[in-house]
Amino acid sequence: MSVTIQHEDFDVGAEMQALRALSNNVGALVAFVGLVRDMSYNDKVDNINVQHYPGMSERALSKIIAEAKQRWELLGVRVIHRVGTLGPNEQIVLVLTSSTHRAHAFSSCEFIIDYLKTDAPFWKKEIKPEGGEWVVTKDTDVQRMQRWHQQK
Amino acid sequence: MKIKILYFGRPGENLKLSGETVEVAESVKSLGELLGWLRSRGENWALELSENRVRCAINQEFAEMSATIKANDEVAIFSPISGG
Repeated sequence: MSVTIQHEDFDVGAEMQALRALSNNVGALVAFVGLVRDMSYNDKVDNINVQHYPGMSERALSKIIAEAKQRWELLGVRVIHRVGTLGPNEQIVLVLTSSTHRAHAFSSCEFIIDYLKTDAPFWKKEIKPEGGEWVVTKDTDVQRMQRWHQQK
Repeated sequence: MKIKILYFGRPGENLKLSGETVEVAESVKSLGELLGWLRSRGENWALELSENRVRCAINQEFAEMSATIKANDEVAIFSPISGG
């Protein structure tokens, strides 16, 4: 169960391999990879700047993972979040979950990324031709997170 | 009492400050009162730190405006989060 916040890109294949190696009982591995888009609503985005709160971001992600482990049977979890300046099509975030059964791996992966959006202290600033704009928490992200409260 | 304050996201950028240590009166007891005290620094502070524009954390845990602050706490003030 590990969390890394880094500037460098990550290798999804290598991370999956590492999670597979943890146990011979892994029946399912689920990966979510978040990417930078070149459009936000109707505006062109040149790149984004990602900032985090060192210390709290690792702590918040560890808390989210601990909650996921309570809800589902997980063999491994890996979360990587990049910070710094990222261009269109670059990878921003990786959430990997492994379990004996796919249902646990699927649900927990979705849960972790949904909670990350509303409970982990990261900020994105979109750099557009007309200037920079801080991205705010989307209502749809809050709704997705709240769904998990109802399903508890 | 001494309070360490960190700024992230929009307020950090617009106030051109990533962090500071402030000395506040013992009468400042809640996070809301600390923000009120910071807003009295000027127009830009009043705008950037208005309660509907920021979220806060105390000692790396999200906190409500009614939360109590004490000496040597680490308070973070930031715009709405948007990771992932």
